Amino acid sequence: MTGERLNDVSGDVSGEVSTAGAVVAGDRVEPEAPVGAALPRDEPGGQADTKPRNNRAWFLVLPVVVSVAFTAVIPLMTVVNFSVQDIFSPTDRIFVGLDWFRSVSRDPEVRAAFVRTLLFSAQVLLLEIPLGVAIAVSMPRHGLGVPVALVLVALPLLIPWNVVGTIWQIFARGDIGLGGWTINNVLGVNFNYTLDSTDAWITVLIMDVWHWTPLVALLAYAGLRSIPEPYFQAAQIDAASGWATFRHIQLPRLRGVLTIAILLRFMDSFMIYTEPFVVTGGGPGNATSFLSILLSKIAVGQFDLGPAGAFSLLYFLTVQIVSYVFFTVLTRTGR
Amino acid sequence: MADIRLEGVGHSYDGGRTWALRPMTWTWRSDRAYALLGPSGCGKTTLLNIISGLLSPTTGRVWLGDRDVTAVPTARRNIAQVFQFPVLYEEMSVYDNLAFPLRNRKYPKAEIDQRVRRVSHLLGLDDHLRRRSRRLDPGRQQIVSLGRGLVRPEVAAVLLDEPLTVIDPAMKWTLRSKLKEIHRDTGHTLIYVTHDQTEALTFADEVVVLNEGEIVQAGEPTELFLSPAHEFVGHFIGSPGMNVVPAEIAGGAVRVGAEAVGRAVGEDGDLPPGPVRIGVRPEFVRITAAQATPGLTARITGVDRMGAYDLVRARVDDHPLVAKTGAGSRYAPGAVEFFRFDAGRAFLFRDAVRCGSIAPLDGRDGS
Ligand SMILES: Nc1ncnc2c1ncn2[C@@H]1O[C@H](COP(=O)(O)OP(=O)(O)OP(=O)(O)O)[C@@H](O)[C@H]1O
Ligand SMILES: [Mg+2]
Repeated sequence: MTGERLNDVSGDVSGEVSTAGAVVAGDRVEPEAPVGAALPRDEPGGQADTKPRNNRAWFLVLPVVVSVAFTAVIPLMTVVNFSVQDIFSPTDRIFVGLDWFRSVSRDPEVRAAFVRTLLFSAQVLLLEIPLGVAIAVSMPRHGLGVPVALVLVALPLLIPWNVVGTIWQIFARGDIGLGGWTINNVLGVNFNYTLDSTDAWITVLIMDVWHWTPLVALLAYAGLRSIPEPYFQAAQIDAASGWATFRHIQLPRLRGVLTIAILLRFMDSFMIYTEPFVVTGGGPGNATSFLSILLSKIAVGQFDLGPAGAFSLLYFLTVQIVSYVFFTVLTRTGR
Repeated sequence: MADIRLEGVGHSYDGGRTWALRPMTWTWRSDRAYALLGPSGCGKTTLLNIISGLLSPTTGRVWLGDRDVTAVPTARRNIAQVFQFPVLYEEMSVYDNLAFPLRNRKYPKAEIDQRVRRVSHLLGLDDHLRRRSRRLDPGRQQIVSLGRGLVRPEVAAVLLDEPLTVIDPAMKWTLRSKLKEIHRDTGHTLIYVTHDQTEALTFADEVVVLNEGEIVQAGEPTELFLSPAHEFVGHFIGSPGMNVVPAEIAGGAVRVGAEAVGRAVGEDGDLPPGPVRIGVRPEFVRITAAQATPGLTARITGVDRMGAYDLVRARVDDHPLVAKTGAGSRYAPGAVEFFRFDAGRAFLFRDAVRCGSIAPLDGRDGS
C-alpha cells in the first residue's frame, strides 16, 4: 500500500503524507533519466503539499458523463435488462438470473461462430497489417506522387459497407463477375462462393483486405511521414540497407500507429456484419456465419430477446477484453 | 587522411533561381578543426550535406584527396555526420548502435568488437554499452551518435551540424572539451557547424564564416576578431558587434560630415574618393580628452552598465557608435566627447568588403 502511494506521481498525495511526498521526489530523480522527462519531477514534494486544492473542475466533466449515459450506458442497460429476464409479452415476464448467459455460452452454434470469427479476425490482422505497412513504405514521400498515391489508396475506404458487399457479390460470381469468371475460365480453378465454403471464406476475407488495408496503409503512412529526415540520412551514412532502414528506423517508429491500426482492425473485423451478410448471407451452410450474423438471426430473426441480450453482452465483453489485451501487450513490450 | 576540396560547388533548391550556396572553391585541410559559423538559413547544412553526399551539388565537383567523389553515394564516402539532435537506433543497445555501421559494411565480428570497445572507451560509454540507447540522457545520446561516426576506421572527416543544440549549457561545455580531446587523439578533420560564436571561437583552429551562401572570411579566431574582412564578420563576431559609420573619402582623408577622422590607407594602392563605411569594434574605441586622430566627436546618449564593463552609447550624425569602457565610467548623456580609434583597428569597407584602414592624419602611419 505504501509502495503504491510512493509510486503515485500525480499531485494527489495530499497534506497528510508530506514526508512521503518528499521521498517520492527524492526517489524519482534518477541520474540517467532524460532531462526533459525529469523536469516535472524536480518539484520538491513538501512544497507541493502546501498548495490549496480545489477539485471543483470535476464538474466540467459532467456534460460528458451525461452524454455518455444517454449514448452508451442507458442503451446498454436495456440490453442488460433483457438478458436477465424471460419475456413472454410486454406485461408478462420472469426474472431468470444468469440462465441466458449459461445457455448462450454453451450453445455449440455460438461457440462455432465464436471460433470462426476469431479465426477471421486473426487472418485479417495477419494479412492487412503487413500489407498496409508494405504499401505505406512504398508510397512516395515527396512530389506529385504523394496526392495521387493517397487518393488511389484511400478510394476503397470511401465506399459504404453494403456497396462493397454488392460489388464483391457480383465481382466474385462465376458467371457474370469479372473476378469469379477469370478464376474459373482463365486460371481453370473451380470457384463458386455460393456452394463451396472455402471459396466463400476466401471471398469474404479478400473483400475485407481490399476494403480495409488502405486504412492501415494510411495510418502507417502518417507514421512514416513523421520520421525526421536526419534518421534516413544517418542510415545512409551508416550504409544501412533498405531492409535495415525499415527494420531499425521505420518499424520502431510505427509502433504507435500500428497499435491503433491493430485495435481498429480487430474490433471492426470481429464485429463484421454487412459485407458477409450481403455476399454470402452467412452461408453456404454456416461457413461465413460470424458472431454478428448469428446474433442478428437470434435477435431479429427469432426475436429471442433474452438470449440475444446475453449474447450481446458477452460479445461486447469479448471485444473489450481482447482489445485491452492487445493494447497492453503492444504498449508494454519493448519499453 | 585527405583534404576535402570543393571546386566551384554551388547548390540551388529551386532549379537555379536562387542559390542556397553560391558556387565556391574551397579546401578543408586534413586534420584541422573547423568551425562553420553563420546565421540561420545561410547554407551551413546544405554545405555539409554536399560534403557528405546526402545532397548532390547543382554545380561543381567534390574531391576527397585525389578522388572525385561528386557522384559517390554517402555510404561509400569516408565521412561521418552528426546531426542537430541525437539520431539513434532507439530500440538497439548502445553497443549495437556503435556496431551498426560496421556490421552494415561487413566487418569481421572480432574487429567490430575491438573497434566498438575502443570507441566506447574513448567516449566514456563503457558503463552504458548494454543499455538501450533510448534510455540515455540527450548528452550521452549525442555522444553515441558521434561514436557511430568514429568507429569506422576509414573515416576522414567528421561533420557536426549544430550538435549541441539540444544539450543543456553545463553539459555543452563538457561535450565541447570532449570533442576537442577526440580531435587531438584521432586527428580527424572536424567541421563543426554552429551559429554560436563563442562555441566557434573556443573550439576551432580555423573559423569559416558563411553568409547568404557565401564564405565571407576564414581564419583563426583572433584574426576574425581583430581584422574582419567583411562587414558581416564584424557584426556577427564579437558582442556587441562592430560599429559601422558611413563616411566619405575626399583628398585622401576620411570624413564624417565636416570632421576629418583620419587618413585613408588602401589595402592595395590609394582609395578612390567616394562614400565608404568606417568599421571599428567597441573594444577599440576610447573616449579621450586629447583629440588625436583617428577618431571623431560624438554626443553621448546613454551608458549600459554590464557588470564587468560599461557600454557607452553615442551618436554621430544620427548613426550609433558604441565604446566599451571599464566599469564605473562617468559619462553623462548629452555630453560631447572625442572617441579615438586604436591604431590599425579601424577599417574602411566598400560594398561590405574591407578595402582599407584609417591612419592618423598627421602623416605618421598608424598601423
Ligand atoms: N530541402 C530544401 N528545399 C528547399 N529549400 C531548402 C531546403 N533546405 C534548405 N533550404 C533553403 O536553403 C537555404 C539554406 O538552408 P540550410 O539548411 O543550409 O541553412 P542553415 O545554415 O543550415 O540554417 P540553420 O542554421 O537554420 O540550420 C535556406 O534559405 C533554406 O530555406
Ligand atoms: Mg542547419
